[in-house]
Amino acid sequence: MQLDAKIPDGPVEQKWSRYQGSCRLVNAANRGKLQVIVIGTGLAGGGAAAALGELGYSVKSFCFHDSPRRAHSVAAQGGVNAAKNYQNDSDNVYRMFYDTIKGGDFRSREANVYRMAELSVALIDTCVAQGVPFAREYGGVLENRSFGGVQVERTFYAQGQTGQQLLLGTYAALNRQIDAGRVQMFSRHELMDLVLVDGRACGVIVRDMITGQLERHAAHAIVLATGGYAKIYYLSTLAMSSNATAIWKAHRRGALLANPSFVQVHPTSLPPLGKHQSKLTLMSESLRNDGRIWVPAQPHDDRPPKEIPDSQRDYYLERRYPAYGNLTPRDIASRAARERIDAGHGVGPLGNAVYLDFRDAIQQHGKEEIASRYGNLFGMYEKITGMNAYEQPMMIAPAAHFSMGGLWVDYELMTTIRGLYAVGECNFSDHGANRLGANSLLQACVDGYFILPCTIGNYLADFVGKPLPSIEEQPFVQAVQHSRDSIDRLLSVQGTRSVDEFHRELGAILTNRCGIVRSGDGLRCAIEEVRRLRKEFREDVCVPGESCQPNSELEKALRVQDYLGLGELMCRDALERNESCGMHFRTEYQTESGEASRNDEEYCYVAAWQYQPDGEAVCYREPLKFENVAMISRSYR
Amino acid sequence: MKITFRIWMQDGPQEPGQLVDHEINDVHPDMSFLEALDHVNASRIAKRQRVIEFDHDCREGICGTCGLVINGRPHGPLPATTTCQLHMRSFTDGETILVEPFRARAFPVIRDLRIDRTALDRIQRAGGFISTNIRTAPEANSILIAKKDAEAAFDAAACIGCGACVANCKNAAASLFTSAKIAHLDHLPQGKIESSERVVRMVRAMDQQGFGSCTNTEACEAVCPREISTDHIARMNWQYNWSRIKSIGLLK
Repeated sequence: MQLDAKIPDGPVEQKWSRYQGSCRLVNAANRGKLQVIVIGTGLAGGGAAAALGELGYSVKSFCFHDSPRRAHSVAAQGGVNAAKNYQNDSDNVYRMFYDTIKGGDFRSREANVYRMAELSVALIDTCVAQGVPFAREYGGVLENRSFGGVQVERTFYAQGQTGQQLLLGTYAALNRQIDAGRVQMFSRHELMDLVLVDGRACGVIVRDMITGQLERHAAHAIVLATGGYAKIYYLSTLAMSSNATAIWKAHRRGALLANPSFVQVHPTSLPPLGKHQSKLTLMSESLRNDGRIWVPAQPHDDRPPKEIPDSQRDYYLERRYPAYGNLTPRDIASRAARERIDAGHGVGPLGNAVYLDFRDAIQQHGKEEIASRYGNLFGMYEKITGMNAYEQPMMIAPAAHFSMGGLWVDYELMTTIRGLYAVGECNFSDHGANRLGANSLLQACVDGYFILPCTIGNYLADFVGKPLPSIEEQPFVQAVQHSRDSIDRLLSVQGTRSVDEFHRELGAILTNRCGIVRSGDGLRCAIEEVRRLRKEFREDVCVPGESCQPNSELEKALRVQDYLGLGELMCRDALERNESCGMHFRTEYQTESGEASRNDEEYCYVAAWQYQPDGEAVCYREPLKFENVAMISRSYR
Repeated sequence: MKITFRIWMQDGPQEPGQLVDHEINDVHPDMSFLEALDHVNASRIAKRQRVIEFDHDCREGICGTCGLVINGRPHGPLPATTTCQLHMRSFTDGETILVEPFRARAFPVIRDLRIDRTALDRIQRAGGFISTNIRTAPEANSILIAKKDAEAAFDAAACIGCGACVANCKNAAASLFTSAKIAHLDHLPQGKIESSERVVRMVRAMDQQGFGSCTNTEACEAVCPREISTDHIARMNWQYNWSRIKSIGLLK
């Protein structure tokens, strides 16, 4: 298979306008006859459904939540980047493009990243018009703040709830289209399978999560906006129901999965407190502006932090990275924490955390000032841990957070299946091997609001006047049968172990061997372990209840079953990439000082994996060309 | 800790429900309330029993999916805290904890602790938006908004749509929920343009969905995890009346 990214000709800053000027269009009068299905209602999916509705297409929108407003975009805290240059600090589209490419350690696609930066400007206008209450200066203009990995202030925010506020804007735009009758909303429906006719995506099988009914829906084009898969690690900052099922089903039907092992680990989450832990809560990256990170210099030093004098503390980020100190990018901060914890310097009851200490900041600025900056976060910390961070340092630890990898898409955001699109976190294209803070909301929004509604017309132009495939056709009937069999099989095992037990074990395997640090031996071992676990799951899982009723254990089982497939592929991907780049750190490939050692000669490509029903996945390569930025090695010393 | 969870179980919307006791001996004080329910379910799975259904997702207090009436109070004993952020250290060893779904006519029980809150979505669809198309927006800074107005809009917009306000209201009114959206948009110049039509449509939708009437007990604000103010209700009522007066031509 030849991967064609369909990148338009011309200089990078003209590619998108050239594309828009030359793509085929669907006449406004014909759009209502074209049916589009959108799976997921976060910023990307909700935005796409709303924008397509505004254009006049017939849209069906599906989400597994009880309301589209609950998609996990809601939980993003920090902000959204845009190259507005409101602060007069020499920001522009090129600088934002450059920061993103460099932050991704030169493993993302130039043309896509440039377009994301370019469209960021109009995004803020759109959000403000929708009523998103961004932070303001006293004079009434928009306020900005700084974020990790950049030297300008380009982040727009709404307190620590930017994701929630942006999503409510999307939700409102979606509601307006539902009210107008252009979007039909199906909540509590989960995707079970994708239906292809003649190699084209033509429909979906969804499960009504109340009645258990398997429904067939046909469409001229299908958009997946199903978010990230970092919940595969079990303990992650993601919501409990976030899953990889849609992208895994698409993968099994022929869509290539790109760079699946690129998953970002966030350095400032709360550590697990015990084996009952079900998820990890993120503490905003902004805390690193004033907090100092340290561990006891002596391993296994279990004195309370206050009794450890400064001379016996190791401020390891300041020691290793004097130039950036506590503000090194996420991949580097996470790795350094993991290194200290593994060396026995970890703190807390389980020895799995590091300190984030505000003692010096409180001495310097006063408690009141620190409370005004971070009061809500300190409150949240106390609520969860029962500890007061004004009195003693916070305990934090790295946690799986964001998947840069995902379905391979071309410049039009179409997967390798014709008529199947992937937008937002579930595609791979913009963040390379490490995402910069406040770029995830941006990517989801521009994909959904601006890019997909334009590029999908170029495909749909062929279908004007063509009827929808009938849902009575064989591919639909077979797909329903396939889904039903899969459900029946899970319910009939009647084994001895719960779905959560399998998910926890899978998470532990991946965290240890395919997480912050990876090695060839570890990954080979992990592949064997995941295969064994998958076999045990098939033979010994216990899913009580029935399929024709609300059954949350069955929902979980279907998701974990897909994670068990994806987990192996992640390990394969990490094993075949014999270099370190961004968050992908192979112990064999590091510099003398322990930094990531990239290999541009052999690995400057996107690894896109093709599913094989009877064997191991096959890797195709999309070479990455950097014509507008010089490839340098990242240094934060 | 030893805890007895006395949990409402109900097979379906038309089935009778009952309280069923689940005694758990190894509850850890650091467990979140929902993790403790996971633990109850794990013990049921071990016995091949179907699990107790409850809604939850982000488990960090922002998605609004979870919501249980715990010992008679929506979201439990702590102020400004969602069910998922509540931890077992807030309870005492040996306690019996009563766990029920949010109850309201407009929130039918789906199963056990799961309820159907789509009535709230239907209120939002009746005008809970600004009629602007994507990409037709003017330059962001051409709309100046005073800091205090932006903050007031934010405070109202912070509603997570959990429905605790409805559950704690003796009339099962959705006034706090509805008025928060109206106030959010009305604090912004771009939202003011459609104020009159919006308030009339949303108030009517609220009535049509089967929510009760507000009698100003302020029980809603007391359990709101986002501490949304009942001032918004007064504002909504005033706006509604004013809009009606204007529309029937009493004032020119």
